[in-house]
Amino acid sequence: MDKLKNNIIQSDGLKAPVIRIGALQWIRSNLFNGVFNSILTIVTLLLLYKVVPPFIKWAFIDSFWFSTAKECSAGDGACWSIIPANIRFIIFGFYPHELHWRPLLAMIMMVGLILYCKNRDHWKKSLIYIWIAGLIIMGLLMKGGLFGLTSVDSDQWGGLPLTLMLSVFGMVAAYPLGIVLALGRRSKMPAVKTVCIIYIELIRGVPLISLLFMSAILFPLFFPQGVTINKIIRAQAAIIMFTAAYIAEVVRGGLQAITRGQYEAAESLGLNYAQKMRLVILPQALKIVIPPTVGILISAFKDTSLVVIIALYEILKTTRTALADPAWMGFSPEAYIFVALIYFVCCYTMSNYSRRLEKELHS
Amino acid sequence: MRNSNNSSSTGNAEQKIPLLNDPKIRSIVYQILTIGMVVLLGYYLFSNTVTNLKRQSIATGFGFFEKEASFEIGESLIPYSAADTYGKALFVGILNTVKVAFIGIVLTVILGTFLGIARLSKNWLVSKLAAVYIEVMQDIPILLQLFFWYSFFYDILPPTREALEPMKGVFMSNRGLAFAIPEAHPAYKYMAISFIVGCIAVYFLRKWAKKRQEKTGQIFPLFLCSIAIILGLPLVTWLFSGAPHRMNVPELVGFNFQGGLNISPEFGALLLGLVLYTAAFVAEIVRAGIQAVSKGQTEAAMAIGLKPGQILNLVILPQALRVIIPPLTSQMLNLTKNSSLAVAIGFPDFVSVASTTINQTGQAIEGITMIMVVYLCFSLLTSFFMNWYNKKMALVER
Repeated sequence: MDKLKNNIIQSDGLKAPVIRIGALQWIRSNLFNGVFNSILTIVTLLLLYKVVPPFIKWAFIDSFWFSTAKECSAGDGACWSIIPANIRFIIFGFYPHELHWRPLLAMIMMVGLILYCKNRDHWKKSLIYIWIAGLIIMGLLMKGGLFGLTSVDSDQWGGLPLTLMLSVFGMVAAYPLGIVLALGRRSKMPAVKTVCIIYIELIRGVPLISLLFMSAILFPLFFPQGVTINKIIRAQAAIIMFTAAYIAEVVRGGLQAITRGQYEAAESLGLNYAQKMRLVILPQALKIVIPPTVGILISAFKDTSLVVIIALYEILKTTRTALADPAWMGFSPEAYIFVALIYFVCCYTMSNYSRRLEKELHS
Repeated sequence: MRNSNNSSSTGNAEQKIPLLNDPKIRSIVYQILTIGMVVLLGYYLFSNTVTNLKRQSIATGFGFFEKEASFEIGESLIPYSAADTYGKALFVGILNTVKVAFIGIVLTVILGTFLGIARLSKNWLVSKLAAVYIEVMQDIPILLQLFFWYSFFYDILPPTREALEPMKGVFMSNRGLAFAIPEAHPAYKYMAISFIVGCIAVYFLRKWAKKRQEKTGQIFPLFLCSIAIILGLPLVTWLFSGAPHRMNVPELVGFNFQGGLNISPEFGALLLGLVLYTAAFVAEIVRAGIQAVSKGQTEAAMAIGLKPGQILNLVILPQALRVIIPPLTSQMLNLTKNSSLAVAIGFPDFVSVASTTINQTGQAIEGITMIMVVYLCFSLLTSFFMNWYNKKMALVER
């Protein structure tokens, strides 16, 4: 049969196309297609050769993993030992040592809840109640004071649980506020519209750090004598105010994308404003803006690191405190790389998820 | 929450609408309620603040502007000493913020464009490396990156006596970077003047060339001529004024470098962090902008016989820029706002000077208001520019 086929093709004067598979072909078509690209590849490889082997030597071959600080100073590799030696302080801050299981459990619950949300089949109304219950249990685990749990003052909260709490609570509280602001900005009532525009533009125009300063220095002045609000809650309020303005702009984008016909159809059914928004407009608008909302969640997560500046012990601050220990001075790159890895893993998972979701929602 | 059935109700004028259901009245009531709530909240906070300030006997007003600041500022573009006023100290802070933002934006746009193009490269290795860079940099908080670079200067680089010299005239140490720069000579002033003259000449040349092309259809080799004028004029001036070429090389005197151009570790770390972080976002914007111009546009331009340079200039860039510029300006604004993190690594930018002022005078309200107003001015200026640009570049639909 094959021979016959070959004969037929040859008789027509046609050649079978060259099959482009195999490693060599791949290299040729992806790395050395043309003079310019070949030079580029060679230069890049040279650069990589200069950078990567020394880095691997520093980070893995010559490195120390479970040694004392003295042994580290003697060698010239990376000193990862700083992390196991200080891990509990970096992750949990000043939380009482014997009670570390509580923030750990709270974090596991939070991550579990987030993973549960990843599946779109679980996006039902019950999810809201699950979240509320989850957040309350987490707060209880952190704070204690009930059901025989020892009470832990929130001044002692710190590390990774604080980072997660600031970002997740911030997002959960900022989301409804952002929707209200977006609806206000789209309102036909000039007074409401102006108030919302001023709020959104004011907040978006200033850096988060100025709001955090405000929460640290000014908020105590705003309340009557005797009323003191916890530092963490004040910072949380600043983060919520900040995130809400950004969410409002994203939601507004979604509202603008809904065609006029939808509004008119809802009105002709006799729905009032609240029903129209709740049942017709918002479900569609919020679906469109899911990917950019995840983007805001990512930046809110990264922005919680700024509370370092007002001396809250979130993970970056605990790391810096560990580094201030004279024994471990000078090993800051290793510690920072470790914290960067934590942030990277969290953000990368989220952004990957948002990209997948975007594809799913588009198709 | 207005009643949305207003069209049906206004159509029937005789039918009396109950007062509560009249959309006009409802809207007025809602607005009065909103304003009332805002005013009440404002009044509550204001009165509390006034009593608290009185109780703690904190002065109010901007009178401290005229008082002696009595703190030093590490680096300053204008002469400043601790004996100067707070007003001047804050102005030094603003100048430092503008300096970081300006240099940062220029470097970010260059690096970001380069990375964006690299991301689209047909070279697998280059494209993947750019992708890794973009992903990693976007996912690590800027503050952490600033701390990292700051510790890079302080913990990794050697002391000044053992300073690294990667190139002749460039010294890297834990006191920052020191560069060799050309020694001061009047020729450089003349070169700057001739550069400006060259730019103005090119502007008029462009106008003339465009007019001539519209009239006669002849194309003037504008690009080459512009480059020749802008680069050639200063070069000729340099040659005529005796071609000075002595360099001001930094030298180790005592514990620090003297002469040349010094970049402090604080400024270096801030600039490096901001540029490397923001460039990742700019790269994504540039990539999206280039991809937004469909292949058909290039093919159509080729079909009507345009040269590659013309295709880029007349077809691709105008369309890509329309997509790129708006998010790019918001990234520039982000960079300016993120420069306020300088306070964490001790670079004296505006926020840092203002917070020192707050600590010394205790006047937190004025201090934080000033911070907000300054950054709001930056964003208002940017949005004015954006509106102007959008109007200029908007698609003219016929």
